Amino acid sequence: MAQEPAEIHERLKSLEAAASAAQSAGDNAWMLVSAALVLLMTGPGLALFYGGLVRKKNVLGTMMQSFALMVLATVLWAIVGYSLAFAEGTPVVGGFQYLFLNGVGAAPNADYAAGIPHQTFMIFQLMFAIITPALISGAFAERMKFSAMLLFMTLWMLIVYYPMAHMVWGKGGLMNAFSGGALPCFDFAGGTVVHITSGVSALVCALYLGKRRGYPSESMKPHNLVLSFIGACLLWVGWFGFNAGSALGSSALATSAFVATHFGASAAALGWMLAEWIRTGKPSVLGAISGAVGGLVAITPASGFVKPMPALLIGFAAGVVCYFMVTSVKQKFGYDDSLDAFGVHGAGGTLGALLTGVFATNAVNDALKDAAGNPAPLGLVDGHWAQLFYQLAGSAIAWVLAAVGTLVILKICDALTGVRVNPDHEISGLDLSLHGEEAYNLES
Amino acid sequence: MKKIEAIIQPFKLEDVKEALKNIGIDGMTVSEVRGHGRQKGHREVYRGQEYQVDLLPKVKLEMVVPDARLDEVVRCVVQAARTGKIGDGKIFVYEVAEAIRIRNEDRGDAAL
Repeated sequence: MAQEPAEIHERLKSLEAAASAAQSAGDNAWMLVSAALVLLMTGPGLALFYGGLVRKKNVLGTMMQSFALMVLATVLWAIVGYSLAFAEGTPVVGGFQYLFLNGVGAAPNADYAAGIPHQTFMIFQLMFAIITPALISGAFAERMKFSAMLLFMTLWMLIVYYPMAHMVWGKGGLMNAFSGGALPCFDFAGGTVVHITSGVSALVCALYLGKRRGYPSESMKPHNLVLSFIGACLLWVGWFGFNAGSALGSSALATSAFVATHFGASAAALGWMLAEWIRTGKPSVLGAISGAVGGLVAITPASGFVKPMPALLIGFAAGVVCYFMVTSVKQKFGYDDSLDAFGVHGAGGTLGALLTGVFATNAVNDALKDAAGNPAPLGLVDGHWAQLFYQLAGSAIAWVLAAVGTLVILKICDALTGVRVNPDHEISGLDLSLHGEEAYNLES
Repeated sequence: MKKIEAIIQPFKLEDVKEALKNIGIDGMTVSEVRGHGRQKGHREVYRGQEYQVDLLPKVKLEMVVPDARLDEVVRCVVQAARTGKIGDGKIFVYEVAEAIRIRNEDRGDAAL
């Protein structure tokens, strides 16, 4: 029996709607999981990684810094942060359209991710705004006042993070290659936005606060490398959400970023391990896990643009470079970046941002189109030399914004609360003096 | 009465306790201590930061014995704790003025 053309049309329409709903459900599932994975990087991942590296009198204080950022960054994000980062505004910072998350609901925002609820995009991006400031805390570990840290971080989000995120990822942002930015940079998951900003700010904090009492003559051995090991492995797992989630859907690009992330981390762990083995005669566990983190940092901007073999190269280079940053360079200049936030995130992030300009290819990511609508060449391997300049310029902007912003904020905090704990508190430890508790009461 | 203070390698504690038990000595006080004599320490490196660790973990045994048993007990500890390598530890012997059992105020050898 022949069907009426109108009826076939209706059935096709409902079929298309069902297919699109299924795709959207798949994308949303992956993005919600990714958001949870990125939160896992801060708590417990980073909290354990950093907590194990400090002395036992400061472990709670250090973990509390990460935890406090989980909650503080969230509230700021809901009130004003998301809007300043992702609403349309100037090329440098977003506007107030999404203030109090006004209009951020179930309907997708096609400017960012057409396949998932706008709210999913918002919560995923929030997790980045949590871990970025938490990374800085490694530089001032064991000596910063808690009150000063809260004030510092609030101002830092407003002055450094939201503008940087807007410039690179926001609609109409200065460096947003996919939104007509004047200085088109490729930063898939946060080489500039997350790692350069946090790493460079960390260095400024370490220089401004000065060394820990007794550094480097007193023993400041990590009090529990088992905690650090667990933390580093959780960071690695969480990073799949960070990088593969930045595809903003459960696409083949997400798979590609997942693979690049894993390869980068592995090659970097080997790179650091070999460099250390050759130099000091022993491949340490702390070295291997630090190398993996360095590789994850460096592959972050590149993860959605590069093939697996370049990912191995980027990772290996990051492992070796970060090793020399935290051993030779830090000791030569004598700054006390307690947990090497600059040596790993600043150096690894800059290296990754530059190498993205070398290895980015439209064979992996064809989102950028030329005038004729064909995939545009991305990095040096596509014959696009100019990209190296853009990556360099983008990194420089991130360096300058982070350095100047952090210095100004530290001056403000110093005037209002003072930034450093008093000597008695530093000697007795932050756990007891700032939080009134001890981590290990094994005899109670 | 003599007090014997023996500082030994931690992994030798069980051997020494067993040997002392076999000759009928079962009262002792044990503490975990750190120290060094002629034994050299070791080097630890954390992200390029070097630490020379020269206070090594040891176990200190303290016991008080009647004068007559001193040589026997010392010999027993030496034999059980010896590996023949640097780091085996030392034994010190002190005079004890008095011993009192708190439960019933026994004094002297009777309190041991």
